[in-house]
Amino acid sequence: MNRIITALIAGFAVVLSNAAEARVSIDITQGNVEPMPIAVPNFLGGDDSARQLGVDITEVLMNDLERSGLFQVIDQRAYIETPATVNVRPTFANWRIINAQVLVVGEVEELGDGRIQVSTRIWDVTSDEQLGAVAYKTPADNWRRASHKVADFIYKTLTGEDGYFDTRVVFIHETGAKDNRIKRLMIMDQDGANPVPLTDGLNYKALTPRFSPTQQQITYMALFDNRPGQVYLFNIETGEQEPLGTFRGMTFAPRFSPDGRDVLMSIERGGNSDVFKMDLATRRLTRLTDNPAVDVSPSMSPDGRRITFASDRGGAPQMYVMNADGTDQKRISFGQGRYQTPVWSPRGDLIAFTRQYRGRFYIGVIRPDGTGERLLTESYLDEGPTWSPNGRVLMFFREPRPGAGSALWSVDLTGRNLRRVRTPGDASDPAWSPMLP
Amino acid sequence: MKQITKFAGVIAALTLVSACATSSGPDVDATAGADANAGAGPSGPVPGSQSDLENAAGHRVYFAYDQYTLTPQAQATLAKQAAWLQEYPETRVKVAGNCDERGTREYNLALGARRAEAARSYLVSLGVDANRITSVSYGKERPISTGSNEQAWAQNRNSTTTIESVGS
Repeated sequence: MNRIITALIAGFAVVLSNAAEARVSIDITQGNVEPMPIAVPNFLGGDDSARQLGVDITEVLMNDLERSGLFQVIDQRAYIETPATVNVRPTFANWRIINAQVLVVGEVEELGDGRIQVSTRIWDVTSDEQLGAVAYKTPADNWRRASHKVADFIYKTLTGEDGYFDTRVVFIHETGAKDNRIKRLMIMDQDGANPVPLTDGLNYKALTPRFSPTQQQITYMALFDNRPGQVYLFNIETGEQEPLGTFRGMTFAPRFSPDGRDVLMSIERGGNSDVFKMDLATRRLTRLTDNPAVDVSPSMSPDGRRITFASDRGGAPQMYVMNADGTDQKRISFGQGRYQTPVWSPRGDLIAFTRQYRGRFYIGVIRPDGTGERLLTESYLDEGPTWSPNGRVLMFFREPRPGAGSALWSVDLTGRNLRRVRTPGDASDPAWSPMLP
Repeated sequence: MKQITKFAGVIAALTLVSACATSSGPDVDATAGADANAGAGPSGPVPGSQSDLENAAGHRVYFAYDQYTLTPQAQATLAKQAAWLQEYPETRVKVAGNCDERGTREYNLALGARRAEAARSYLVSLGVDANRITSVSYGKERPISTGSNEQAWAQNRNSTTTIESVGS
């Protein structure tokens, strides 16, 4: 029944995984989905320490599921049955009576070598069938990631699409008065856990970080006091960093290409900003736009064939799309107001943006051909969307009222499920990592 | 005007603090802000100091929303700056372009660069040696007025000239 798959993924051994054709399922493309009622009793354990780990893992898991907006985790106090082990078939009537549609049963086993095994089964309570089973072996102190992997497995089992819970977010941590803001690079788990500062904020402000799609690297801009700001490469594992080239003018608005080989950015010369591409291996620079207008915020399509960017060549900033070699530059936004920070979806079908209109800021999405614009959020300042790796959720930063300080928020592509993202203090410029290896 | 001068003092002092700090990050030129906070003495500003520049010429010019063209008033101020700089030919300055908060971070960095360049090239056109001027953009990252209203935004759309070194 349970096909045994053993694959080692960065310390995670998947020892069993089996996903049946789901009877219950969630269609995440629809705008008005009722959250699915799901029961998640505390993960079981053979002794006190395993049981405690089970409780901790369950809490992180439930939080992931709730925050996705797709699940309503039924209060544990309503549960009638306590599962005996992960391998016992539940009494489905006991879960149907509390209106659960899906039941998650899990177990934590300490393996004696510092590792734990977290085993999980997903049951369809309406049809009495197992929907999937998975087990992960991982060092015990890695238990939070095990929780996120279980959440991703549940998400995938029930929606058919990859999850985004085992991911991180790099952002700018802000402190201090508005006219003397200290801005540090910081990284945390997608759910706000484990925040770690990466720069000290003393000699420069860190701005606009972005993850490499392939390596433990970030590119960001360092804004100096007495010389033009420069784009840097930051190695997350070693903490080492280096400027990306040496330029007299400012370099800014960096973003990796989807294959991780290039960084697209704007380079300013004599006051004018154009879009360039730098090959990271050779550091060879290719000019992509040559226009007396401002050309900023380049973002490449996932197939690597096209680039979207913002330009004020038409008067005010609007969004454009061009071929990856800079040819065939076409405007795609024609609505009123100002369109900026276009970011191509990892699915390729949409471009997210910041729109300014009549004193308000909006996060929206539009098709690469300029049709189908939809606005998802609005406030005094909503800026800088970043996509979850599955292309279903956008994170951005918001200053809800003038002077209120900024915070990270997320919203589903449907426009539903607007939520504040937990950060230590004020935060801006979020960038979502790819799925962790 | 008084308030603007006060802000300049605060910014200059902070510059010195940050220049003294050390970090494993990108290197910072330790000469940042040297002499920028030379204060006014009892008999007026020290000649050739930042305060002197501010009194004699004005160190800031302002722009309309999303614009980088110099107004006649801005040109007049820059002409006085140019004249002042001719008096102190060893002095090097930094011209910083700033924006209000009603734009995105990346666009405003580009807009600030245009404002700094507009001021810098005007000074050069009036005979100031281009090598004496560094231009930088701060985008919307360094507002001088912390308010969120038309008046504050107008203050924050500027190009600011600051003494970098008095030379020799």
